[in-house]
Amino acid sequence: MKQTLVALVENKPGVLNRVASLFRRRNFNIDSLTVGRTESPAISRMTIVVDTDAEKVAKQLYKLVNVIQVEDVTNVPNVSRDLALIKVQVSAETRGQVIQICDIFRAHIVDTSPETLIVEVTGDEEKITGIVEMLRQFGILEMVRTGVVTMVRGEQALSPNGYHEHFASRGNGHSANVL
Amino acid sequence: MQLTGAEIILECLIREGVDVMFGYPGGAILPTYDAMTKYPQLHHVLVRHEQGAAHMADGYARATGKVGVVIATSGPGATNLVTGIATAMMDSSPIVCITGQVPTSQIGTDAFQETDVTGVTLPVTKHNYLVYDVEDLAYTIREAFHVARTGRPGPVLVDVPKDVQNARTEFVYPEDEIRLPGYHPPKRASEGEIEAALRLIEQAERPVILAGRGVVMSGAGAEVLQFAELTQTPIALTLLGKGGVPESHPLSLSMMGMHGTGHANLAIQNADLLLAFGMRFDDRVTGNLKTYAPNARKIHIDIDTSEIHKNVRADVPIVGDLKVVLQQLLPKVQRREHKAWLAQVRDWMEDADERDIVHQDAGSRLLAAHVIHDMWQATQGNAIVVTDVGQHQMWEAQYYPHERPHTLITSGGLGTMGFGLPAAIGAAMGLRSTNVWAIVGDGGFQMTMAELATAVQERVPVKIAIINNGYLGMVRQWQEFFYEERYNATPMFTPDFIALAAAYGIPAQRVSRREDVIPAIDWADSINDGPVLVEFAVEKHDIVYPMVPAGADLHNMIRRPAPSPDSV
Ligand SMILES: Cc1cc2nc3c(=O)[nH]c(=O)nc-3n(C[C@H](O)[C@H](O)[C@H](O)COP(=O)(O)OP(=O)(O)OC[C@H]3O[C@@H](n4cnc5c(N)ncnc54)[C@H](O)[C@@H]3O)c2cc1C
Ligand SMILES: Cc1ncc(C[n+]2csc(CCOP(=O)(O)OP(=O)(O)O)c2C)c(N)n1
Ligand SMILES: [Mg+2]
Repeated sequence: MKQTLVALVENKPGVLNRVASLFRRRNFNIDSLTVGRTESPAISRMTIVVDTDAEKVAKQLYKLVNVIQVEDVTNVPNVSRDLALIKVQVSAETRGQVIQICDIFRAHIVDTSPETLIVEVTGDEEKITGIVEMLRQFGILEMVRTGVVTMVRGEQALSPNGYHEHFASRGNGHSANVL
Repeated sequence: MQLTGAEIILECLIREGVDVMFGYPGGAILPTYDAMTKYPQLHHVLVRHEQGAAHMADGYARATGKVGVVIATSGPGATNLVTGIATAMMDSSPIVCITGQVPTSQIGTDAFQETDVTGVTLPVTKHNYLVYDVEDLAYTIREAFHVARTGRPGPVLVDVPKDVQNARTEFVYPEDEIRLPGYHPPKRASEGEIEAALRLIEQAERPVILAGRGVVMSGAGAEVLQFAELTQTPIALTLLGKGGVPESHPLSLSMMGMHGTGHANLAIQNADLLLAFGMRFDDRVTGNLKTYAPNARKIHIDIDTSEIHKNVRADVPIVGDLKVVLQQLLPKVQRREHKAWLAQVRDWMEDADERDIVHQDAGSRLLAAHVIHDMWQATQGNAIVVTDVGQHQMWEAQYYPHERPHTLITSGGLGTMGFGLPAAIGAAMGLRSTNVWAIVGDGGFQMTMAELATAVQERVPVKIAIINNGYLGMVRQWQEFFYEERYNATPMFTPDFIALAAAYGIPAQRVSRREDVIPAIDWADSINDGPVLVEFAVEKHDIVYPMVPAGADLHNMIRRPAPSPDSV
């Protein structure tokens, strides 16, 4: 089953390389990995979707000196979003149909030419797969996805500013409920 | 004080307590070599191959418990370190490697002797750094030492471009705290974990302690022994756990695993509780995981959370420093007897004893096991032994019992041939001891024997015992057992080692009869102003018994046949 982990890492050169190398070295299959900035310039955040035991992955990530915190959010209520840009072939007859499908999925047309449209759609895995399936009949010329980013719902915040307290209270992130 | 980057490196080494560095110069590290002339308190040992430098630093670290230091140039200098770094990584040995790099302006241009050294060493270091700015240099070196020696120790590499070594800045030693928000090596167990462990300990009828290198590294030998005596629990050792507790102790079962003792392996397979103390259930230790200690519950104490449940599922995992955790546990542990269990274990021990080659006459043949046994006698079990990899390593493990920690230095996890001689040089230098013996095979010795010159130049009083069986013996053994005796690429030509030693000005003797073994050891022990070499021409077709074939059940050992009553 797919598992989703969120990791806070120090924003230092080579950190992405260290994480990627770890996954290959330990034979973990990555489904998707995204990395980006957080509200703190010193800290980056990764969302990692794997097809491996999340506990094992988290423990190995903790071995990397620059990894600050790892949370398995698979079974925590969360918001997960993936963004796709899809270039679809259209003709005068099919253009309207594609626009209709976009409406149903609340997708946006962000570029048009006489024979193509670029559709931008944001959502979870299912929604994106859904629209891709619907658009396939018209001819998908090109597609790109950002990979999933995830945030836990509610008041709990995985904030880099709070990591010191967080760690102190969790005993190095080694307690069983973190992993 | 305005200093160059090169001077800052050396200032920082001094503040870390470094007294010796093992290295080899080259273009990209020359500024640092030049700066060494101003710091005579830092002794530099010129090796003959950078791999030797890494093994020496590793041997130094394992013998002294301090961080070993390596210096090398960019490109080929740094890539030559890789085997040594990987060896240190597998056995959690703390070394810091400082490598020169091409100037920052040339990085990425395929400049002369440019290699992406942080890239190459990423999977085999605990951590590594490329320093772009001289302002970061002092702190980086400080952090590198901190990471190398804390938690689960390991090798750290700092790559320093030439222009960073030449740049000048105000040197202030960074006394402030280490800034690593995600790095907090664990120490203590929680009360819940201690209670859970106590429950299993109280219920156990057939417990066995598995003592690993963590016992040695955390200095927990006394606590392990106290626990064992209080609960009357026998102790099996991993190869790297040897010395953690005295092997002469009545509760010691000696080594477990592939070439472990029959009684250690049978005790493990029949146990109802395994207490894994700072060991990582290596495949050489467990054999077939599906049939490993099937009726035993497991308490696993390890400082590295990723070792928990990695190979063997633990019923009570405790992440912490072994010594600290045992100190938490000990006051609460109840006295136990386990009489029936210990009687059973003693039976297995007697059976093993009967088969033991030590008690058998070899006729005119010189057996390596006998050589090592005699060596143990001649040195009164007091030598610091450094081995290479192969059959001789296993015979050392079987026939040289160790009583004190840090007295056996051997490449376990990577099994690196060529480790023995350089690691022994590093150990002897670190300890300033005349009591270090390198026990090496004829094969592995030839991989790094260039370091004989280093030993001579530095007048290192290391004793070298070559166990010459004319074969890559361990591989030959596998060919005998598993490849129908097709001895492909294992018989090997060796030079005349005595003449070779003479070429280096090293006193040497060849021994081929049992009665000459002890006198030769005594002779070598009397030479203390430089290296000395003894070659033992031993039986060529010998086998290390017992043996658990790779992946087989731990109790299915190939054992030496018990001697029949009418055999001599
Ligand atoms: C030819 C050959 C044959 C071999 N045959 C055998 C054999 O028969 N039997 C055998 O035992 N080995 C054998 N080995 C060695 C084997 O491959 C492993 O290297 C060895 O078993 C590892 O022992 P270990 O787990 O104790 O040490 P390590 O691999 O060093 O692991 C130490 C563990 O202790 C933990 N630790 C470190 N510090 C602390 C601390 N302060 N507190 C708590 N935990 C800590 C670490 O995190 C780690 O998990 C053989 C090797 C070779 C080359
Ligand atoms: C660098 C390296 N290459 C290959 C091996 C595989 N190997 C393990 S033991 C061994 C034979 C060692 O022969 P020798 O040094 O003569 O020791 P012996 O087994 O004969 O005592 C070999 C080739 C290894 N461990 N390390
Ligand atoms: Mg040999």
